[in-house]
Amino acid sequence: MLELNLIMLFVIIAAFIAVEMKDLLSAVVSVAAAGLGLCIIFLILKAPDIAITQLVVEIFLLIILIRATIRKDLPFSTSGRWFFNTVMTVTFLIIFLSVGYFVIKQLPQFGHPLMRVSGYYLSEGLEKTRATNLVTSILLGFRAYDTLGEATVLFTAVISVLAVMRKKGRKKIGEAEDKYEL
Amino acid sequence: MNSNGMSLIVKTVTRLTVGFIFVYGIYIVLHGHISPGGGFAGGVIIALSFVNLMLAYGKQELYRRIPKLFLALFETIGAIMFLGIAILGFMSGYFFYDWFVSKGKPFTIFSAGTIPLSNIAIALKVSSGLFAIFLVLVLIRVTGGSKE
Repeated sequence: MLELNLIMLFVIIAAFIAVEMKDLLSAVVSVAAAGLGLCIIFLILKAPDIAITQLVVEIFLLIILIRATIRKDLPFSTSGRWFFNTVMTVTFLIIFLSVGYFVIKQLPQFGHPLMRVSGYYLSEGLEKTRATNLVTSILLGFRAYDTLGEATVLFTAVISVLAVMRKKGRKKIGEAEDKYEL
Repeated sequence: MNSNGMSLIVKTVTRLTVGFIFVYGIYIVLHGHISPGGGFAGGVIIALSFVNLMLAYGKQELYRRIPKLFLALFETIGAIMFLGIAILGFMSGYFFYDWFVSKGKPFTIFSAGTIPLSNIAIALKVSSGLFAIFLVLVLIRVTGGSKE
C-alpha cells in the first residue's frame, strides 16, 4: 500500500498548488493532475469502472475550464488581512485535525466487515442478472431505481443549464438572428 | 474561438482519430455488462469525440453536421427510453423487472436482459446532454451583462 499513500500525497500536494496558484490556467492544470492521481488511486483499489468515469469526466471538465479561464485573469487579493487569515487558518486546521483524528480512530478496517447485502450480490449476481460486470449488474439490475433518480438529476441539470444560458430570451432588438439555438 | 478552427496539423490528426474515438465510445457502451465501463463513461467518450471535432474544425462545420434540435431530441429519447424500460416491468408487477424470458449466456453481448438497453439509453442521454452543456458554456460567453 506504499504506492497508494504516495499517490494520495501527490493528490493533496496538487490540490494545495491548485488553491494557492495565482495564475488561473496553472491552477486548472494542477486540478487536472489531482484528478489523474485520483484515477490511479481508483485503479489501485480495483475499481476500474470508477477509474474510467473519473478520467473521462476529468478530461471533459478540463476542456470547459481551460476554455473558460484561458482569457480571463481574475485578480484576487487577500493582502491587508494577514492577521485574521492566519488566525482563522490555524484555528480551523487544529479543529479539523483533532476531529479527524478521533473519526479515523473509530473507522473500521478497510474492507471489513463485509455487509450481508454485498455478499448476496457477489454470490447471486451472475445467476440473477447474467451480467458479468458486477458493478453494472448492481447499478442497472438490483439498484436500477437509484440509477433512474440519478438520470433524472442529470436531465434536470442539463435542462436548467440550457434554460439559464439560452439565447432566445435575451435577444436585443436589432440583433442578427443566430441559426443555432438550443 | 474563431470560426475556421485550428491549424492544418490539428485538423488532419482529428480527421484520422475522431472516428476511432467515437467507435470506442460505442464499444464501451455495448460492452458495459461484460467489461468495465458502461453507459455513463461511454456516453462521455462519445460527447468528447464531438467536442474534439468542434474544437478542431470550428463551429461552422458543426452546424453543417448536426441539425438544429438534434441534441435535445436525443436527450429526450434517452430519458423516455430509460423510463420506459422501468415502466415495462409493470407487466409483471415490479418496477425495473427483467421481462426477458431467456437472459442469454454470460460473456456474450446479447445477454443480461434489460441491462444493455438501459446502458444504451443512458449513453444517449449523457452524450447529448453533456455536449449540449459544452456548446452552451463555450459558445455563449456572458461578460458583464453583454455577450460577445
